[in-house]
Amino acid sequence: MENAVVVVVGADKPGIVAGISSELASHKVNIVDISQTVLRGIFAMIMIVDISESKMPLSELRKKLQERGKELNVEVLVYHEDVFRYMERI
Amino acid sequence: MKYSADEIIEVVRMLSEEDLDIRAATLSINTLPFVSDEPTKVLNKLDSLNPVLEKFSSSVEKVSEKYGVRIVTKRVAVTPVQFFLEPLGQDGGIKIAEKLEDLAESNRVDYIGGYSAFAERGFTKGSSAVMSTLAEVMNSTKRIAGMINAASTFTGLNSEAVRRFVDQIFMMKPEASARVAILSNVPPDSPFLPSAHSGLGLPEMSVNVAVSGPGVIERVIRKASPSSLEELHDLIKRTAFKITRLGELVGKAVSAEMGVEFGSVDLSLAPTPKVGDSVAGIIEAMGIEKVGAHGSLSALALLMDAVKKGGSMATSHVGGLSSAFIPVSEDSVMSERASEGYVDFYTLLALSAVCNSGIDMVGVSKKQGKDKATGLIMDVLTLGVTLNKILGVRIIPVEDDPGSMIDLGGLMGKVVVMNLKNANVEKFVSLKGYVPNTVKRLETG
Repeated sequence: MENAVVVVVGADKPGIVAGISSELASHKVNIVDISQTVLRGIFAMIMIVDISESKMPLSELRKKLQERGKELNVEVLVYHEDVFRYMERI
Repeated sequence: MKYSADEIIEVVRMLSEEDLDIRAATLSINTLPFVSDEPTKVLNKLDSLNPVLEKFSSSVEKVSEKYGVRIVTKRVAVTPVQFFLEPLGQDGGIKIAEKLEDLAESNRVDYIGGYSAFAERGFTKGSSAVMSTLAEVMNSTKRIAGMINAASTFTGLNSEAVRRFVDQIFMMKPEASARVAILSNVPPDSPFLPSAHSGLGLPEMSVNVAVSGPGVIERVIRKASPSSLEELHDLIKRTAFKITRLGELVGKAVSAEMGVEFGSVDLSLAPTPKVGDSVAGIIEAMGIEKVGAHGSLSALALLMDAVKKGGSMATSHVGGLSSAFIPVSEDSVMSERASEGYVDFYTLLALSAVCNSGIDMVGVSKKQGKDKATGLIMDVLTLGVTLNKILGVRIIPVEDDPGSMIDLGGLMGKVVVMNLKNANVEKFVSLKGYVPNTVKRLETG
């Protein structure tokens, strides 16, 4: 399994989860886990996604998700899971 | 979830708000096989680097996009040009520099380091040729950097090298003198410029990385507001670990993509002129109102120790200078304190006893003459030799008076012209020969 972390920052309103998850599904990216928190004082959704079935490089997926985020009026940040594994685990 | 929301948000904040990034990925290449006594042969052989450099640039870009981590500059370190000029002499220097400049420009490489020479005890034909062409090369290029290692704990301090270096930088444009430094005990694998070169003992090729995250440390301290020195030390150590791990990840990834060995991570904190990305800002967050005030040295020493302990846990490949750079013009807080008078040359000398800064990116007025600048450099190099440390000097000679400020723009920031003490040192700095190596040398026997 190869994972990435998707963080969606923006107002908590209907349609955001659906919008982002349908974009992920269309590129064969599976949501492994989802939670919510607050970043910069605003609502943020954190998704761990499995990108191993996706044919698309992570840089392309980031672009697609950010385009979708623009339509939904939210900011989307995408990082490879290794970054968190390296920085938060010994 | 494998990671808590807090852990994820911490990393996201560092990367998206606190300017944590990879300052440089530097490809070190052994170019010794290109040495020849025919200049055209050298230039043709250097051309064979084109596909290597192209692959390096695309590898760095690919890794940056994959991880979502910014890699600010791509650099290449070549074998010191001194070795090329041993058979060729100084005419070869300009041609090689032009070729390296072309190679960098056509392969999206920001800088090539290695217009460098070693002259701690004396000069060879090659090191002398590098020295004589330094101003011409730097004035006519934009992407070439070089250093002169004029002192070492092993060998001593060559005062003639210091004088010749000062002669050269006095002929340079400010932007050109920002690409050269004079050092003691230069390491073979520095990813930072101007010290980067492919030193002896390294493999054919390797990737060295430099991380930049002073803003992260400053904000952690300001947020936690620790009440004891131990707590402060622990906080910095934990944060330094995380910062260095990012360097380790990126270094390994770029090396794997290139199919070459991973060299090392330089743990050094390095600022940019951007507000909130300052090493001096950390000292001030530790409770020193203005860096340079009494207590600054103690605070910096604590910071350095914690950075090294956290960093050494994060990577088994420690390299470069691995301490802290405080290039005055490139650090917004430092630059301000220098113009306010809290930081002068003696403050920088004192700070150099506990970090690698030396005198970095500070203006000197040409009106004050060359002797005082020579004395200043000899002081820093002597500190390096005596304390067995890597230290360097990168000063910018300008026509303006002490106290002026010159904006170099971009990463180089605002250069403050500091006052050199107004007393005659001509007799001492003109003495011929070299300062013998100290008893420190005997400890190694």
